[in-house]
Amino acid sequence: MLLKITNLHASIKGKEILKGINLVVNKGEVHAIMGPNGTGKSTLASVIAGRDVFDVTEGEVLYNAKNLLTLSVEERAREGIFLGFQYPVEIPGVSITNFMRTAVNEIRKYRGLDPMGAGEFLKMMEEKKKLVEITSNLTNRSVNEGFSGGEKKRNEIFQMAMLEPTLAILDETDSGLDIDALRVVANGVNKLRTSENGFVVITHYQRLLDYIIPDFVHVLFEGRIVKSGGKELAMELEEKGYDWIKQQL
Amino acid sequence: MEPMVLTPISKERLLDLYQENRSSLSADDSPAVRANREKALDSFRKLGFPDKKMEDWRNTDISKSLGLAYDYPLQPSEEDDMQKVFRCNIPHLDTAVIGQLNGWFVSKDVPLMELGNGIIIGSLAEAMKKYPHLVEPHLGNYTDVESNGFAALNTAFATDGTFIYIPDGVKSEKAVQLVNVIQHRENIFIQSRNLIILGKEAKLTVVHCDDSYDHQPSFSNIVTEIVVGEGAFLDHYKLQNLNNNSTLVSSTWFHLEREAKLESHYLSLNGALLRNNTYVRFNGSFGSANIYGLYLMDNRQHIDNYVAVDHASPDCISNELFKGILDEHATGVFNGHILVQRDAQRTNASQNNRNLLLTDTAKINSKPFLEIYNDDVKCSHGSTTGQLDETAMFYLRQRGIGEDNARMLLMFAFADEVVSKIAIEPLRYRIEDMVKKRLQGELQICEQCVLHCSTPEHPMEFKIDLSKI
Ligand SMILES: Nc1ncnc2c1ncn2[C@@H]1O[C@H](COP(=O)(O)OP(=O)(O)OP(=O)(O)O)[C@@H](O)[C@H]1O
Ligand SMILES: [Mg+2]
Repeated sequence: MLLKITNLHASIKGKEILKGINLVVNKGEVHAIMGPNGTGKSTLASVIAGRDVFDVTEGEVLYNAKNLLTLSVEERAREGIFLGFQYPVEIPGVSITNFMRTAVNEIRKYRGLDPMGAGEFLKMMEEKKKLVEITSNLTNRSVNEGFSGGEKKRNEIFQMAMLEPTLAILDETDSGLDIDALRVVANGVNKLRTSENGFVVITHYQRLLDYIIPDFVHVLFEGRIVKSGGKELAMELEEKGYDWIKQQL
Repeated sequence: MEPMVLTPISKERLLDLYQENRSSLSADDSPAVRANREKALDSFRKLGFPDKKMEDWRNTDISKSLGLAYDYPLQPSEEDDMQKVFRCNIPHLDTAVIGQLNGWFVSKDVPLMELGNGIIIGSLAEAMKKYPHLVEPHLGNYTDVESNGFAALNTAFATDGTFIYIPDGVKSEKAVQLVNVIQHRENIFIQSRNLIILGKEAKLTVVHCDDSYDHQPSFSNIVTEIVVGEGAFLDHYKLQNLNNNSTLVSSTWFHLEREAKLESHYLSLNGALLRNNTYVRFNGSFGSANIYGLYLMDNRQHIDNYVAVDHASPDCISNELFKGILDEHATGVFNGHILVQRDAQRTNASQNNRNLLLTDTAKINSKPFLEIYNDDVKCSHGSTTGQLDETAMFYLRQRGIGEDNARMLLMFAFADEVVSKIAIEPLRYRIEDMVKKRLQGELQICEQCVLHCSTPEHPMEFKIDLSKI
């Protein structure tokens, strides 16, 4: 079992957003999370990643059988958790190369490995750029600064490829992508899929799931997972919207 | 001669001191210089030292700095040893180094270097004797002794400092590095005076460093006048790395003739109280001035940048970018005054001050002041103050970067917008290095000088590699 979330409650500034989430992700699985705007999907992703503006008030999160909630954001990342941001942050003055090199080497250090030399690192960058079909010189630029929406999302997948996470949570990575970019991003994910890692893909569109075939689809509504099913659930949602689920509640 | 003693620095004591030493102070003066001295003294008598009731000094309190007891040598001391200064150099940068110890030009054997192409570099006192026709038209001509008490005091007392002259059409390949080291067995009060003249179409890079040698308190009142001739280009750097007990009031007047171009960089890394007065005057059309500042303060340090740009002529461009990181109890002031005069059509002036406050106790007071008497202008100003961006911190840490390093990356990125404006590569690398050390709390005031801190013999270890690859 890669990730086990039990009865997770989280709030921000005293307002409860997550109201008892239960979710199990096993190695090799892809889970899709769908749900109306503002129901807590990004909050769930942030809480798993350890963002401290959210307070976990109840529940448990185990990752590789370890209690995740006591770890810092960076420790979780070094343990193999990656979050593809819904809104990737612009960081003027920090080049992607420098950023990724620092990240890769801090993760290596945590795992008892020697830092990667400049040559080897640049070679890895080139390989991973190919994987997500980045041809331009994006990597010399400041992190996300002046990137288009699509470029930002592609850059998230590039970073994921660089860091080779065990659990990747992709928060609306498909939003704002043109059809070609969507295919590229999905291909990137599919190439990184192994029997050892797991993916949680947050999306509003069934279209992405044509490319990244999920094992499970969950509907998050008002801070709870209210329905789970196979990939056909996504089709049904695409067709009928969320009203029929609300009515079942 | 034993130094005079000020206990504390007060107007009355200085006026008395002037009376007692009037003849020796003006011994080498030409009649014009002597007249300036007297006029400045009268002005100082009226003005005295600025206090917190004055608009431009409201948030900077110098009373504590003035209140200590200081030695005030009116002549260089015999034991001044220049070897301390002359070891300084920036690797891979071809510089002519001028050493000042406690404000005094030191290389007594060669007080004036006269380079083949007509460039003159050396002691201002010596230049006054040898080249009065070069010095007199400019010395004291740009300084505002009527309203600036420190400038008046300096003009009344200062007898030496650095003189640089670049003749018309000469483009100096060598950068001139002016290193002022402060070292004295007691607290010391220093007043020195510099004059830099660039002729028509001349070009020069000046790196002006103020460094402490030890932890003894000092109070420096430095005045520099700089003339950038028609079509000339000056790349100017001020690097300040004084100890935590030292106060520096540094006033610089830039006088820009038609089509003159100025790039000025104020890099304030350490000091108890730093006040930079920067005055830029466009005396002819089509001039341009970029003025950059970076200040990194912590502890109970205080930094005050006062920048006044006088658009006295049409078609000039000025651009100010001052950025600061204030930690612990550090405090800062930015006062930016842009004056666009009536005939200064098509003026383009911008001003920006950005600050990062790392604690609740750090404070900044940022005040833009635009005074515009012409309709046909483009002026902009902006000021922001904030903490490190929480979302950016989360983003960096989510990629596995530890909290300390994430903070370092963000702070360095913030500072780098100013550092990256340094055109000379070896100097930029050196400053980048110093900024990193400063941000990691590892920058020392140096045995020799700030630019000598990280020689290859003492390689610095960084927790992370911030270098660009
Ligand atoms: N920093 C914050 N401060 C206050 N409220 C917040 C904050 N972050 C999220 N919320 C609130 O939490 C709720 C859930 O937000 P969240 O971003 O998790 O929704 P979402 O399901 O990801 O929505 P979308 O589909 O629009 O991305 C919303 O009501 C939102 O306003
Ligand atoms: Mg969201």
